[in-house]
Amino acid sequence: MSIVSDIGKYFLLLKRVIAVPDRGKMFFRQFPKELEKLGLQSLPIVLIISIFIGAIMTMQTMLNTSNPLLPAYTTGLVTRDTLLLEFSSTIMCLILAGKVGSNIASEIGTMRITEQIDALEIMGVNSANYLILPKITAFVVMMPFLVIFSMGVGLVGGYFVGVFTDIMTTGDYILGIQYAFVPFYVCYSLLKSLFFAFIISSVAAFYGYYANGGALDVGKASTNAVVNGSIIILLFNILITNIMLN
Amino acid sequence: MIEVKNVNKSFDEIQVLKNVSVVFETGKTNMIIGQSGSGKTVLMKSIIGLHRIDSGRIEYDGRNVPDMRMKEVRMLRREVGMLFQGSALFDSMSVLENVMYPLEMFSDVSNDEMMERALFCLKRVDLQEKSFALSPSEISGGMQKRVAIARAIALQPKYLFCDEPNSGLDPKTSLVIDQLIHEITNEFDITTIVNSHDMNSVMEIGDNIVFLHQGELAWQGNKEDIFHVDNQELNDLVFASELFKQVKKANQKREAADIKKGLA
Repeated sequence: MSIVSDIGKYFLLLKRVIAVPDRGKMFFRQFPKELEKLGLQSLPIVLIISIFIGAIMTMQTMLNTSNPLLPAYTTGLVTRDTLLLEFSSTIMCLILAGKVGSNIASEIGTMRITEQIDALEIMGVNSANYLILPKITAFVVMMPFLVIFSMGVGLVGGYFVGVFTDIMTTGDYILGIQYAFVPFYVCYSLLKSLFFAFIISSVAAFYGYYANGGALDVGKASTNAVVNGSIIILLFNILITNIMLN
Repeated sequence: MIEVKNVNKSFDEIQVLKNVSVVFETGKTNMIIGQSGSGKTVLMKSIIGLHRIDSGRIEYDGRNVPDMRMKEVRMLRREVGMLFQGSALFDSMSVLENVMYPLEMFSDVSNDEMMERALFCLKRVDLQEKSFALSPSEISGGMQKRVAIARAIALQPKYLFCDEPNSGLDPKTSLVIDQLIHEITNEFDITTIVNSHDMNSVMEIGDNIVFLHQGELAWQGNKEDIFHVDNQELNDLVFASELFKQVKKANQKREAADIKKGLA
């Protein structure tokens, strides 16, 4: 019953969020700040994780497919398709669910317990719209850029394996990442990421908005935002994959 | 004026407000007092609309809030200013931005006029210009309360609510905040409701005092009458502090002396 009640509360909150802002200029003042906070500040973690995962995936694939019957470009192909299909969208979003989701939940949760949200409501402001809409919008706008950045950097990470090790040659790798490239995979990945961005930001905002109590409850809200956001991402991943790739 | 008529409010099985009827007068500092758990904060939040009441009426100059739609409540709230116990200043904004915020959200005047109004409010609460660019975490508790008052009066509200305004403040600063609230109430002729269990505040600025006991209205009156009420719970609250015990003793001695003079 608690899950059903939470789902109902979530959609009722979304109804308040997706309203015309009381003052457009306040929305457009918040929006670039959120773009910077949620998007640009996520670039370092996306860079580090993507480059290393790209490299590790390349090494692991090379080491585990050392079959003379398989063409040399197989490793590059597998690395590319893994990055495009799953890593840069799903896995990266799971990582960002931790970084961005906990950030949103704890920021809004802290505002709740220090009565800042009550202060907004008392002033006659639609607090859900003012606080949450810029975050959701900014993160959904930034996510495709983060995904493309992750793809590119992940491929570069794989390339470095060829540069710095003897496991494979850079020529084989570059041939592999170009071989039988399916542009649709990029569209699939970007579309998924839009859904995931919405899920991460809205679920985190929901848990933060309804936090009550003290610091412990803000911590719980943050944890729930990450865990439940991640579970919902995985469920939607199966759904979208089934629809788009089946 | 705010009229509370036969208001009942419960949370799950526990009834917190029981048939409460009170009138809060315009141009006066109305104080809600009572022991912890008596229902003071629930009553205040019900009046503001943060809690939905089970039954009764809450009328702002004849407008019944429970009957209003969310949009109408939101419009009414633009006539309301509130000072929270913890100040509730926005962390992400400076002192000046906090006071500008309601003006930017709801006022249609130019930026210069908004700035002028914000500066007027900040100066009215005796804040110096060097603090305007600071964030709330960089100023003292007393200054935070003053910024919160400035923000609450920025839109020239008709109704001002103060939830334990002296919480966490030293006696001298408490007095300053109390006097500021009282002056603003008189100056702008607004209906002010203060939630407090600080008897010094009650005696300093209370024009109309409402005593709640276990969710019921137990007494209503002014600060002159409060020392002569035949209500054990109220007396326990008023005379809990040594200061007021001394005041009571002095009053009793004076009354005894007057009676002696009369007999003589």
